[in-house]
Amino acid sequence: MNKIYFDNNATTRVDDEAIKIMNEYFSSEYGNSSSAHGMGIEALETIDKCREKIAAYINCEPSEIIFTGSGTESDNMALLGYCHLKKPDECHIIVSEIEHSAILNTAKELQKEGYGVSFAKVNREGIIDLDYLESIINEKTKIISIMYANNETGAIQPIKEISEITRKRNIVFHTDAVQYIGKGYIDVKKTEIEMLSASGHKFHAPKGVGFLYLKKGIHIKPLIFGGSHERKIRPGTVNVPYIVSMTKALDVAYRDKEKNTKYIAGLRDTLKTGILDSIDNIVINTPNNSVYNTLNISIPGIEGEAMLFSLSEMGIYISTGSACSSGDSKPSHVMTAMGRSDLEAHGSLRLSLSKYNSQDEIDYVIKSLKEIVDRIRKISPYK
Amino acid sequence: MYSKEVMDHFRHPRNVGKMENPDGVGKVGDPQCGDEMIIYIKVENNIIKDVSFETYGCAAAISSSSMTTEMMKGKTIEEVLQITNKQVADNLGGLPANKIHCSVLAEDGIRAAIDDYRKKSK
Repeated sequence: MNKIYFDNNATTRVDDEAIKIMNEYFSSEYGNSSSAHGMGIEALETIDKCREKIAAYINCEPSEIIFTGSGTESDNMALLGYCHLKKPDECHIIVSEIEHSAILNTAKELQKEGYGVSFAKVNREGIIDLDYLESIINEKTKIISIMYANNETGAIQPIKEISEITRKRNIVFHTDAVQYIGKGYIDVKKTEIEMLSASGHKFHAPKGVGFLYLKKGIHIKPLIFGGSHERKIRPGTVNVPYIVSMTKALDVAYRDKEKNTKYIAGLRDTLKTGILDSIDNIVINTPNNSVYNTLNISIPGIEGEAMLFSLSEMGIYISTGSACSSGDSKPSHVMTAMGRSDLEAHGSLRLSLSKYNSQDEIDYVIKSLKEIVDRIRKISPYK
Repeated sequence: MYSKEVMDHFRHPRNVGKMENPDGVGKVGDPQCGDEMIIYIKVENNIIKDVSFETYGCAAAISSSSMTTEMMKGKTIEEVLQITNKQVADNLGGLPANKIHCSVLAEDGIRAAIDDYRKKSK
């Protein structure tokens, strides 16, 4: 059975060029970048080149890039690291209701430690309500963390407008750009951002590597302690092969960006039209201003796990915001924040595409979705 | 993750649909939590003559409903009240731990349908 992978916001297939170059660093250029000898120096030079390239893609200084093991680590480093240099009663944090659990649960942890935490709301489109955001800022607000694009809906957030608010009030702005980097252009100078998290495996690099952009002058407390790697902010032997691979994947993403944007957006639009034309009562959860690969829909009255499971049996891999799929009792917090009803939230499906998908796959998914919806609606009391 | 039996009942659920003029209806679960089950029964001489269901829920909820209705058919009221969620799960070749509540829902459904029947036939 062919695998039809429509879950690219969860993770992606590693790009061939990114695998090829990574392998060289496993088998021949395997030096430790901390070693003083020739192989160590070469490894260090390689890492520095990667740092320069990545810095150029987001328009920051190379020294402002800290390599990490994941987006989650970058998020924790930003939020915990920044707040732990401040006293809990003097530091108020704002994160949005639709953040990834890497931010939400970190903020909740800080709350337990006594920090003040407020949650910014979104509108029905899943986009930050700027007026509300301004209204919850107080004189102790030190950091605001709002994602660049949402992982479930693809909704791109008003990052520029938020940065104007944080600038005006001298608040540090962190953004989790995991779902955006490689898909859209980022300029941390033009849009004033102090911290930004990224993860390689969302843009065709391997899992287990990411980075944090940390603006010069912003201080954070390390999460772990050890040697002098990554300016002592992130000690631990530097993962040269993965960093090289991530850099190559980002090179490829921006080199082919125009072509892939057009291609993937085209597939996504055909998918959306095809679903709307063949199935009744579909709710679209992805707004117009979204990353081009994501389509989130709700099929009220059909529980998402049943849908996911049926599709999986046919070799189609997607994800859902239903509670049953995660063993939780509550459905997706993003759907709930967007004011979706329980039936809509439990019936939400995310289809996220990549350059490796094809028109034939889109046609097959539309046909399969319709068949399954017809079958499950016959069983459900909600038609 | 799911057994062969679960998959079979999920793919080809038995006794699906709303029943015309049922003698008892049991509605359990909560769409807020992502599942709801309605069991319809027809009773003749204290025996479950016909049974059908409508379920909103995951694959485990749908297959538990289907299996339960199969287990109820032809039994006396007293017999169906003896059916436990464990028997439903066992007949399905077991359920994953986080899906046991789906078989509990089915057991609750039986009781609710019988309660309704008893109320109506008083």
